[in-house]
Amino acid sequence: MFYREAGDFKTSYGEDSQTFPIKFDRVRYYTVLVVAFGIIPFVINDYWANAVFVPFLIYAIAAIGLNILTGYCGQVSLGTGGFMAVGAYACYKLMTAFPDVNIVFHVIGAGLITAGVGVLFGLPSLRIKGFYLAVATLAAQFFLVWLFNKVPWFYNYSASGQISAPERTILSIPVTGPNTDAWAKYMICLIFVVVLAWIARNLTRGTIGRSWMAIRDMDIAAEIIGVNPLKAKLTAFAVSSFFVGIAGALFFSVYLGAVEVGEAFGIQKSFLILFMVIIGGLGSIFGSLAGAAFLVLLPVLLKNVLVGALGWPTDLAAHLELMIVGALIIIFLIAEPHGLAQLWRVAKEKLRLWPFPH
Amino acid sequence: MKLKLASLALGALMAAGPALADLVFPDLSYRTGAYAAGGIPFSDGYQDYFTLMNERDGGIGGVPAKVIECETGYNTEKGVECYEATKGEGALIYQPLSTGITYQLIPKVSADGIPLHTMGYGRTSAANGKVFEWVFNYPANYWDAASVAIKYLLDENGGDLSGKNITLLYHNSAYGKEPIRTLEDLSKKHGFTLNTIPVDHPGQEQKSQWLQIRRERPDYVIMWGWGVMNQVAIQEAANIRFPMENFIGNWWAGAEHDVIPAGMAANGYKSLNMNRIGELPVFDDIRKYVVDAGKAAGDGSNVGSVLYTRGMYAAMLAVEAAKTAQQIHGVGQIDASMMRDGMEALEMTAAKMEALGAPGIGPEFGVTCSDHGGSGMGIVQQWDAAAQKWTALTDFIAPDRDVTAPLVEEDSMAFAKENNISLRCE
Repeated sequence: MFYREAGDFKTSYGEDSQTFPIKFDRVRYYTVLVVAFGIIPFVINDYWANAVFVPFLIYAIAAIGLNILTGYCGQVSLGTGGFMAVGAYACYKLMTAFPDVNIVFHVIGAGLITAGVGVLFGLPSLRIKGFYLAVATLAAQFFLVWLFNKVPWFYNYSASGQISAPERTILSIPVTGPNTDAWAKYMICLIFVVVLAWIARNLTRGTIGRSWMAIRDMDIAAEIIGVNPLKAKLTAFAVSSFFVGIAGALFFSVYLGAVEVGEAFGIQKSFLILFMVIIGGLGSIFGSLAGAAFLVLLPVLLKNVLVGALGWPTDLAAHLELMIVGALIIIFLIAEPHGLAQLWRVAKEKLRLWPFPH
Repeated sequence: MKLKLASLALGALMAAGPALADLVFPDLSYRTGAYAAGGIPFSDGYQDYFTLMNERDGGIGGVPAKVIECETGYNTEKGVECYEATKGEGALIYQPLSTGITYQLIPKVSADGIPLHTMGYGRTSAANGKVFEWVFNYPANYWDAASVAIKYLLDENGGDLSGKNITLLYHNSAYGKEPIRTLEDLSKKHGFTLNTIPVDHPGQEQKSQWLQIRRERPDYVIMWGWGVMNQVAIQEAANIRFPMENFIGNWWAGAEHDVIPAGMAANGYKSLNMNRIGELPVFDDIRKYVVDAGKAAGDGSNVGSVLYTRGMYAAMLAVEAAKTAQQIHGVGQIDASMMRDGMEALEMTAAKMEALGAPGIGPEFGVTCSDHGGSGMGIVQQWDAAAQKWTALTDFIAPDRDVTAPLVEEDSMAFAKENNISLRCE
């Protein structure tokens, strides 16, 4: 009824190829932005920031990063945790080496360093594909975690091998360290998410994104029509690692404040982000956000319902949580293998025809 | 997005209405995961002691205690979630039983003004109260433990360890890395050779580490293990026929569940302990008022085990600190900053422990403004597989503070400089 193209006239090519061609979608998108920027920062408290929004936003960046590599370019990676660790440790080294530089530049710098490391570990992708590449990136995961554990220079020779983020400010508002207000934490993550998601969306529908998708769909055919696989694959690794590195840097500096590489960036982190991408939907920016929301919010929600509302024992709730989340993942993959993004697409198609489906 | 809104509404409902009529003691426990074997008895002991206070004494100084349990799974992200979820409820003290979570919480509790007590774990240099206002780690810490272990070995060898080979088998995390610096200094002082072998989380696979030990044939193996790693290490030590009496765990690697899986092969395994073991009068009260009344946190089978005793001891120290705080401030309903004053004025004497029904459960110690670390003493205990119990081999051994004190000073001053903390107590 109200959700359709009819009457929504375009008079220029720019308008015709915009991200949200339907007016209702545009309105919805801007409403979400207004709520996210204009309302949530004023009502957020420590619990909502630290347990819900900040992890959701940071995982969303990591999921977008992995989605670029796996969903758009078709290169399976199990090294996300390791690349996040690169981002975190790069950010720590930059923060402690150049204390006077603004933290935003450190985070971006950490992303660039991770992009370099990602390209290095992406080189094998030119020769090997599929499961074999997954194993090669798995090696990256274990190597990087081992490296940050083994070489004391990375953690500034601290006794425990932990890295902890000193206080840093933007416009004299602290954004890292213990005195950070909930809204400041939330805002810095939100700004990074919005900017990065915008970049990702526009990259993936431009030349470079199309060359990634060509490689994903059939690499030999892509090569024959003139797509350079070296360039396409390595740019995918670079951009993906840049995103993942920023996620790692924010994860360490803004969210946790102190991390230990084996625990925070172990193999289970790689799997978690891969699950987010698969559940959200491969090859979709919205899917990355939805997948991150699903896997971050659901455990918190279940915990609050089972322990907080029903008063069940914590261990029972923790075990049930694993079972419910696991069961939901399986049900989702059977019922909708293309993830939450596909569900959303189907819902939109249905809405377009509603109330007169033929 | 819709999911977010739904959970937002639901969560807002949950968060409403914290009651401030009780003394709130959050229990960040872990009853699931690779470390649950240690987390369960500790948490049972911790909670049961507060229940005992409520049931037998009508609360602490007349004010009922309330324990809020939150499952962390030994995971730092969940630990942060638990901390944020409980701190608004009027939490008086946090005891996370995890070095990783402790490192997360040290800056947070300092900013929020809630005391953090890490008994025998956490950041060792927090013993320096001049720097760490809100963090306490009495009665002992990791560097004390390392020193106590070496002192015990010195005693065994007639005061001379020169030329001996000692291997440290450690959990490859902040927890396991803590003692390395102390042991390095001690090896210089006493002339033994130190080798360190890491075991990655969770430690279920240790074949290569023990192969290395078998090849190097060290005189002693010291272990900094936790969770499933302990059981596996003891089993592997038995497999390579490493003499058990030369294998010493720290106080987190010396509970019943660590040695029982290896059966008779674990006989003679030694470990440190910071609290006394064996039957105490207070256990009878716990059985009577808590377990038999059906109010126990667990099934009651853990009462008296090593980690149950330690969890209870942790709760006991918290309760005594709360009582001290009530005396200092003259009110029953104390808040977190009063609790901190109570912890800083805490005196544990033999008479006090006797009166609490736990004679000699820990060393005598007092906390001061500058010293948050207690006496640092520990005992050495040995497993008797036939009788299925631990027996104490020594009395409380004092650590070598000549070695540990400068290290504490150095590390805490580095922290103070990094975070622009001005020293207190001067």
